[in-house]
Amino acid sequence: MSATDAPVREVDLAVELAGMRLPNPILTASGCAANGKELHRFFDISGLGAFVTKTVMAAPRSGRGTPRMAETPSGMLNSIGLQGPGIEAFCAEDLPWLAAVGARVLVSVAGGTADEFAAVAAALTSSPGWPAVVGIEVNISCPNVASRGLVFAIDAAASGAVVAAVRAAVPRGIPVFAKLSPDVTDLAAIAQSCVTSGADGLTLINTTLGMAIDVDRMRPHLAGITGGLSGPAIRPIAVRAIWQVRSAMADGRMPTVPIIGVGGVRTGRDALELAAAGAAAIQVGTATFNDPTAPARVRDELAALLRAKGYAAFTDVVGAAHPRAGE
Amino acid sequence: MTTSGMPLWQQPVAVEDAVVLGSRQVGAYRNLAVQAPGIVEHARPGHFVAVAVGGPTSGLLLRRAFSIHRVEQEAVELVVAPHAPGTEWITGRAIGDRLDVVGPLGRPFPLPVDPVPCVLVGGGYGSAPLFWLADELRARGCRVEIVLGAASADRLFGVDQATACADAVTVTTDDGSAGVRGWVSDVLPEVLRRSEAAVVYACGPMAMLRSVTEQATAHGAVAQVAVEEAMACGVGVCMTCVMPVVGRDGRTRMLRSCIDGPTFRGDRVRWDAFGADGICRVPDDCVGAPTGGH
Repeated sequence: MSATDAPVREVDLAVELAGMRLPNPILTASGCAANGKELHRFFDISGLGAFVTKTVMAAPRSGRGTPRMAETPSGMLNSIGLQGPGIEAFCAEDLPWLAAVGARVLVSVAGGTADEFAAVAAALTSSPGWPAVVGIEVNISCPNVASRGLVFAIDAAASGAVVAAVRAAVPRGIPVFAKLSPDVTDLAAIAQSCVTSGADGLTLINTTLGMAIDVDRMRPHLAGITGGLSGPAIRPIAVRAIWQVRSAMADGRMPTVPIIGVGGVRTGRDALELAAAGAAAIQVGTATFNDPTAPARVRDELAALLRAKGYAAFTDVVGAAHPRAGE
Repeated sequence: MTTSGMPLWQQPVAVEDAVVLGSRQVGAYRNLAVQAPGIVEHARPGHFVAVAVGGPTSGLLLRRAFSIHRVEQEAVELVVAPHAPGTEWITGRAIGDRLDVVGPLGRPFPLPVDPVPCVLVGGGYGSAPLFWLADELRARGCRVEIVLGAASADRLFGVDQATACADAVTVTTDDGSAGVRGWVSDVLPEVLRRSEAAVVYACGPMAMLRSVTEQATAHGAVAQVAVEEAMACGVGVCMTCVMPVVGRDGRTRMLRSCIDGPTFRGDRVRWDAFGADGICRVPDDCVGAPTGGH
């Protein structure tokens, strides 16, 4: 095991998001870390703020055919199609394993209907691994579903209905985060609908829809034709989305809730940028494909950077780039 | 030692900032040796490594997967075909440069318990891991024949090594510039017959692995194939390198070739799902197959 296993302690990295207490603000990103066993070979996943699972749905899903991936400048397109074991196997195998290694778990859930979202979330409570669950992330924004372009997250009312159903299915004290898409006209309106429907926090952003063409074969590169763009290429979109929603909260246009930032974070400095835009915690996604130690490394780089800049606590930088009240 | 019985998260793996110890041109390919003692310690024939491209600020994020050609003291050797900017960057590394290498990854070739005759088939530089495998098989008393095929003589890899480590070697090229003109599938039935092969190991393009599997099965031998699927991470988290494979329960699942492979029993792979257009479709009877589309 490497030196990156233990969080650096000099700066207070602890965060609290809607009652979710984490020792540090760095999380995996859903779909970029499988369900933990693969990365636990490289670093102790219990040393992260939390582990965010691959999105789980009610039934097992094969996902799409291949090619599922295309490399793009400073990023990639993926078209996985939410491959997964289904909630029963997840509760019996994956979640108990995560609990056994001491991980705090933010479970990403999805469904084809609001009822399926709620049923998946409700089923978690009967898992032997339930005590490890610190929150639920509601994936209403995955672009790789059959009705893509019609994801819940492009419609404020549909997003709110899903969030309300999940909130009602999950015990009080377990916060529910709605994961939103940047591919919308008025992100703040959708964020507001989620929060007024019961979301305790927001995760910004999911991948943005893209496409690549194989000009040798002269056909779409991905078997699924379109895919979700991720990686450093989309970091400015994540920063913009976090900034917009945080500004809406500061302006009183919507209730203030914690934001989990995600999108293109590769280094501690990238994580600091999302925090400065308003993220109270940060997920590391596609960078993990490049460097399997990335989540732990980003955590340690962030701690070192905060120390070098003289901050006593991570919470001092959350939203720090926004104008302060009265300025 | 073997680690295949261990749970995944306990299997040893190393992230090496590996110094390039050697680099030489072999036909159309580059043979690189990198210092990676943490990988060497646990590597077996059929394992692969995942190599990062361009350094920590590179815009090419995805790792490139290469089977381990062989290990020598602290060095891991790879065979790389430069065909795009990522692989060209890798083949451009000079002695003393560094490569970010993760491994060993995947499931190595299963070895027969008894000293049965084996045939090893390599297409292009897919032959890279076969010579090391041949040494291991012969150490177990197996008679080993090697069949190497490629489009042309410069795209063959390891004919000299094959001659040194196998009991017999057959070479084919599409253009007849070396060996028999034609494909490995033109010569394989005769090789299988005369060698009385019980196991056929193969690495190379999907179409070749499919025909090797069909011919091995017709002969009554078991095919063990190492696939070359495109991967983004190589370590099991990205879910891009999946392919449909039949499990012991008779059901087809989309398995990760980086974790459940890259070696599979050939008769377990759903070759019918692979189209000539380069697209692999999810079979309708696959566990969790889309009903309305995924």
